Amino acid sequence: MSTQAPVQRATVFDIQHLTKTYRVGELEVRALRDVTLALTAGEFVVLLGPSGSGKSTLLNIMGGLDVPTSGHVGYQGHDLATADESRLTAYRRRHVGFVFQFYNLIPSLTALENVQLVTEIATDPMPPGDALHVVGLDDRRDHFPAQLSGGEQQRVAIARAIAKRPTVLLCDEPTGALDVSTGIVVLEALERVNRELGTTTVVITHNAAIATMADRVIRLADGRVTANEPRTIKAAARELSW
Amino acid sequence: MVTLPLSALNLKLVRDLWGMRGQSLAVAMVVAAGVAIYVMYQANLESLRDTQRAYYANQRFGDVFASLTRAPRTVADKIAGLPGVTAVEARVVARGSVTIEPHEPSATVVLVSIPVTRRPLVNDVLLRRGRWIEPERRAEILASDGFASARGLAPGDRVTALINGHRYRLTIVGTAISPEFVYTIPPGELVPDDRRFGVLWMNEQALASAMDMDGAFNDLSLRLAPRVSTSPTASAVDRLLAPYGGLGATPRALQLSHWFVDNELAQLRTFGLLLPSIFLLVGAFTLNVALTRALTLQRTQIAALKALGYGNAAIAWHYVKWALLIAAIGLAIGVSIGSWLGSALGGLYNDVFRFPELRFRVPLRVLIGAAVLTAGAAAAGAWSAVRRAVRVPPAEAMRPEGPARYRQGRLERTWAPHLAIASRMVLRHLMRRPLRALSSVAGIGLAVAVLMVGLVFISVIDRIVAMQFSRIERQDATVVLAEPRSSAAVHALARLPGVLAAEPERTVATRIRAGHHQRAVAVTGISRGSRLHRIVDHEGRDVPAPLSGLVLSRALADALGVSPGDHVMLEVLEGARPQRDAMVEQVVDDVFGVGAYMDMQTLHALMREGDVSTGAQLLVDPRQESALASALDARPIVAGRSFKRQVAQSFRDTMSANLNTTTLINLLFAATIAVGVVYNAARVSLSEHSRELASLRVLGFTRGEISAVLLGELAVLTVAALPVGWMLGYGLAWAMVQSVQSEVYRIPLYVSHRAVAWASIAIIAAAAASGLAVRRRLDRLDLVAVLKVEE
Repeated sequence: MSTQAPVQRATVFDIQHLTKTYRVGELEVRALRDVTLALTAGEFVVLLGPSGSGKSTLLNIMGGLDVPTSGHVGYQGHDLATADESRLTAYRRRHVGFVFQFYNLIPSLTALENVQLVTEIATDPMPPGDALHVVGLDDRRDHFPAQLSGGEQQRVAIARAIAKRPTVLLCDEPTGALDVSTGIVVLEALERVNRELGTTTVVITHNAAIATMADRVIRLADGRVTANEPRTIKAAARELSW
Repeated sequence: MVTLPLSALNLKLVRDLWGMRGQSLAVAMVVAAGVAIYVMYQANLESLRDTQRAYYANQRFGDVFASLTRAPRTVADKIAGLPGVTAVEARVVARGSVTIEPHEPSATVVLVSIPVTRRPLVNDVLLRRGRWIEPERRAEILASDGFASARGLAPGDRVTALINGHRYRLTIVGTAISPEFVYTIPPGELVPDDRRFGVLWMNEQALASAMDMDGAFNDLSLRLAPRVSTSPTASAVDRLLAPYGGLGATPRALQLSHWFVDNELAQLRTFGLLLPSIFLLVGAFTLNVALTRALTLQRTQIAALKALGYGNAAIAWHYVKWALLIAAIGLAIGVSIGSWLGSALGGLYNDVFRFPELRFRVPLRVLIGAAVLTAGAAAAGAWSAVRRAVRVPPAEAMRPEGPARYRQGRLERTWAPHLAIASRMVLRHLMRRPLRALSSVAGIGLAVAVLMVGLVFISVIDRIVAMQFSRIERQDATVVLAEPRSSAAVHALARLPGVLAAEPERTVATRIRAGHHQRAVAVTGISRGSRLHRIVDHEGRDVPAPLSGLVLSRALADALGVSPGDHVMLEVLEGARPQRDAMVEQVVDDVFGVGAYMDMQTLHALMREGDVSTGAQLLVDPRQESALASALDARPIVAGRSFKRQVAQSFRDTMSANLNTTTLINLLFAATIAVGVVYNAARVSLSEHSRELASLRVLGFTRGEISAVLLGELAVLTVAALPVGWMLGYGLAWAMVQSVQSEVYRIPLYVSHRAVAWASIAIIAAAAASGLAVRRRLDRLDLVAVLKVEE
């Protein structure tokens, strides 16, 4: 548990008047409407909201997987909204770590090799073994995904995401496919990464219990930010239950 | 209620296939290639065989053929009385030359006598244009149709013929063909040349008197009653004709024209089954790969169908219909392409073979055969894929499949650490489904092989031309004398314009017997120190003639079943017809014909003769070639002459015309297979790994980097396929060469580096093109969508 007072930290994301509209078949869906927010370095942020509230769209835009229809997405002084495909690729390559609900490991690579996949192309990576150590998987390094449990696979995904020492770690429902106890082990890993590496971490969930471990909780509904609340008292992951 | 023209399940079938139309078409094209070859070969086989059968029957093609020096016509009556003989035609056959326009090169002709008051009983001539010769007009002739059209001759045209040293003005009153001359090659040459060689049918009395053969004949053919065996009759004919210089009776099977046609039919039969089978096997594999993947994607749909109450059999049949529908598309495309190529091939046959009407058609039998083969291949390809998909219990099928299983084998631990991560992915993808990788390798390898075979043939022909016409044959011209003469005749030839050197040649007609084998063959005398006339093997090496005994060419030794050291019975069919035991001293690997050689002096001694020649080999000043040709034609003693340059040119022209067409066809087929197999492999790989590739993109890999993973897999398959293709190509080329191996040609298998290189390059290009076509889909990879859903 940490109760330290908020100190003045650098802004990592400066998002202003962000809208995103896309078409699904004949329908026009307004996924984000005039979203404005800022994230600072080292924050652990939880994005809460029901399905279709726009949280994944926001995360994808922050991660350089998607571009907004209008608005400004400032990342350390660069505007991601106007970046082209190759600059977004480079951005993801250097600065972003992703964790997904369904892990998205490469089945043909072992745990260690999945991490090496990233360390081979990163500029200042940590040794792949260290990344696995952070998530507590030293003894599973030579296992293929099919030989790992869901929780283990998700921890490998976290190790893979952090091995490049990303500035931001973006997690889309990281515990969505896991049971409670396994989910908590995964959240502990995220907590540890945030604490020890100081990585700005954004976790999407519709599980309100997870919000209690955040520095800040942002609630979205119908494409708008409905609440943006800093928290001073953080619960530890192992104390959570749902 | 709306009534669907198709059941819901069939509607799903059509839409699903449309959804994977690119891949379906790729598979269908591989099937189509097999079908096209099958239709092309089988339809031509049937057309040729039917045409041949009807033609032989209508024109009363002979069963036994014999040549002799000269016999009175009463001998023919004796032969007609032999048991089983239904008809005999005794005639005069001669060699001559024909001049059409004074400044044009003359042509060699064979003159065949025909009766004027009735049609020939054997080998009847079929009139194509003009009319039959009139009994009283001795100067009227029929010309072979091919020769007439090659030289622009029409009924009413007049030519000058040189027969037995005398000139005759003859009038062409008609053009004709005959079952004896379906395939004609100039004497001593290798390929047909209608400009330089023709057949003239001439009034019996006129030709007999020109050849001093009144009341006599020098050639005979006969027909046998059905189911009468030829060999006892042939032996009886030999006995009856022996006193008259009989040169040995030939059964129909060895008659030159018939032999060529039959040989072609045999090749069509072999390759019309072998090649389509290989192609359809690859088609079945490709279909299996495509269907296995498609059914994996349909896993939850299969579960839903089962939950709705569809039985295993109904679902299996639904998916087998996928395969059958793809195969049916392949069949339709293959039949149309095959018919089109088949008629092109038929066109080539029409140029080479002179049949009354070689009408190309695709018989129902062939269509049914193609449909059965295709359906069989489709069912075989679908079987394992469908069985696996249908066997999964519905509850299990509802759940998504877990991550693909990979395991580290012992072998892998040794190489994996040395490779980049992307390379490890590529190799593990391949090793996870080794059978699939192998079938892709085999498919691409086959494409390499198909192309290589065509190119190998070009290199073989080039080599034969180079060997035969520059290293083996040193003479520029060969002269055949009308009858054996003393060496003075050859010395006279040496004084003709343009002749730089002349060497005498002595050939003796013989029959060689070994056990129950026998062959009629000309034995050639070889002089010590001869510069032009030598025994040369297929590598162009001189083989010295032994002082006694025989040197046989490989084909002859094989036909007689003898090897060096064996003894044969040599029966001379000329002069006093001596018979002598002779030892086979050596067997030489040469390229053309059935040759037998002896030391010249030994041959003279055997014949109890002095310096006798039957021909000469000449070195000629090329600038005076045409002057020499005219001079030779003017000499009655000269029965025939050929210039190497013309022979080589005609050989090259004929071969390149055929090879260009077949090489183009091979290229089309090979490219179709390569594109089909590679495109299918790429699409399946993309479908299986799109999630991984999207993950890599999310992790910050560039498009180029993920393309390397996808294309790397194809590259490994293609590179692995090259040596397989080379071996397969070598094997196929060997089989092809074996199938054309005969007593006329013994083709050395020569695989040039060029052939291998070009086949490989073309297939690499085809593979690269189809890989790049699929690569474009990587640009459209929807990263977000792929990652959000469970596979």
